[in-house]
Amino acid sequence: MTARGAGARLPLVAPAAVGVAFIVLPLLSLLVRADWADLATHLAAPVVGQSLRLSALTTSITMVAVWILGTPLAWLLARSEHPLTAWGRALVTVPLVLPPVVGGVALLMTWGRRGVLGGWLESTLGVTLPFTTAAVVMAEIFVALPFYVISVEGSMRGLDRRFDEIAATLGAGPVRTFRAVVVPMVLPGIAAGSALAWARALGEFGATITFAGSFPGRTQTAPLGVYAALERDPQAAIALSLVMLLVSVVVLGALRSRWLR
Amino acid sequence: MTRLDARLGVAVGGFDVEADLSCDGGVTALLGPNGSGKTTLLKALAGLLPLSGGQVRVGGRTWADAARHTHVAPEARSVGMVLADPLLFPHLTLLDNVAFGPRSRGMPRAGARARAAEELGRVGLADLGSRRPGQVSQGQAQRAALARALATDPVVLLLDEPLSALDPQTRSATRADLSHRLRDFPGTTILVTHDPLDALTLGDRLVFLEDGRVVQAGTPTEVIARPRSPYVASVVGLNLLRGRLAADSSPTLELADGARLVVAGVPEDARPGDRLLATVNPAAVTLYSERPAASARNLWELEVAAVTVTGQRARVRLRGIPGTDLVAEVTLPAVAQLGVVAGRRLWAGVKATEVEVYPEA
Repeated sequence: MTARGAGARLPLVAPAAVGVAFIVLPLLSLLVRADWADLATHLAAPVVGQSLRLSALTTSITMVAVWILGTPLAWLLARSEHPLTAWGRALVTVPLVLPPVVGGVALLMTWGRRGVLGGWLESTLGVTLPFTTAAVVMAEIFVALPFYVISVEGSMRGLDRRFDEIAATLGAGPVRTFRAVVVPMVLPGIAAGSALAWARALGEFGATITFAGSFPGRTQTAPLGVYAALERDPQAAIALSLVMLLVSVVVLGALRSRWLR
Repeated sequence: MTRLDARLGVAVGGFDVEADLSCDGGVTALLGPNGSGKTTLLKALAGLLPLSGGQVRVGGRTWADAARHTHVAPEARSVGMVLADPLLFPHLTLLDNVAFGPRSRGMPRAGARARAAEELGRVGLADLGSRRPGQVSQGQAQRAALARALATDPVVLLLDEPLSALDPQTRSATRADLSHRLRDFPGTTILVTHDPLDALTLGDRLVFLEDGRVVQAGTPTEVIARPRSPYVASVVGLNLLRGRLAADSSPTLELADGARLVVAGVPEDARPGDRLLATVNPAAVTLYSERPAASARNLWELEVAAVTVTGQRARVRLRGIPGTDLVAEVTLPAVAQLGVVAGRRLWAGVKATEVEVYPEA
């Protein structure tokens, strides 16, 4: 590049560089401030293992639910020509832009003891959902499902309609077409959507603390664990943060190399 | 033999198509310009579009009846469909692609695979069953698509421009394979094409569609001899002129805007004023650079609109006769001698004996 060219680009390069620094600096600081010598000890703190195990459990259940509910939903949204489909799509995406804590309040208003369904649930089945591990999973599904549905619907809409038509002429009904043609063909999109949804579920904080609270071993997931430990045992909080950073980077890396080339 | 009784009316986005495609086995070639409604009709037969009028009955079973709001889902009909793109499922091997239909119709895996292997063998792909669609050529993929469509023993086979996406060499070889395979297919085939060669070599019956309506139907021989619309005439390579019989002593047609066409003879029952059609073989049109001493009975001074060359001959499209362009087929030396370029004015002559005349209706 010529000197003049470099000068001409400065108004673009400078803000871009500041942007990169703004993101990279905190990540580096996390690494710099970590107590690497005693990392093993910090990782052994009860809050670390306990909250990570709970996060692994709840996000796994969340993902299964997201697949079972989200994949058919994405397909119906992708192929429906009904005028109300656009509304359906908009409603499903609300949690994407909703502050998570509002989502938590909304869940409480639905499933809480005085909630729209919660009261009935308690009186007939004796089930109370708020402040249980189940509530953690519900909060995670609430925030993660839209990510998955939007991402998968995008790749399903890109699928040539003539594949569905050919499958139909070959005798495949809607369910078989979905299972044997659509899902295998959009597998890359499903993987990408799953990674996004899972990362969102793993990081979920606001809805969880509102709807499920922060009880160690029961509802205190890794992000809640970090927050709780930050006062008492900052190095444990940093160690736990490092684990989540590592996991995020691995997920992103896997996503990039396999599906997002 | 299962008779296809299809009188279809389909309305899609402000465009409506109406056609009678009833036939009893064999291959019906459906021709028409782009946007004439050919694919729409195929989709309606397959059940992928609802009928707005008419009905589809196959061998006594009703697939669709607009009046009675009957619509059998595509998967419950017995059709096979092949489009211009093979559209093989990319995640399945060729064998599993072909086995997909039988499996969907409830055949156990082993049986379906045996059936698929048999079908692949019939289109010459016995060795390629374990390949993925991405690992075979376009022509092979298209043959596999045909095998897949036939593996369910459909009563009606729908082919939508099955050869149009292939390169010329592969197309010719695949056309031969298709013709061979269709010969022992017992059902009814509807072949959509805009290639006259496909229609004439594969079709037992031709149906021409323009603007959503059938303009002509008949055997290839009938159509070649007596085209009834400019499009049909262009497909079979003839000039078509439309006129009324004049009250002259010698048989003459009055064309649009006072132009006249002298002919050798007209149908016996034709009376002055009757509407008649006339065809002129492009090879029978003679071109002159200057007005010749009248040897041909019909002579026009026309302007060259376009020239295309095939082998040793050229087709020259001439403009100037009201209502139609005249195509002349001349040799390459003649093209050079006359200096045929677009815009040049030439004299075109047609002998009265070279004009074929028949009634319009």
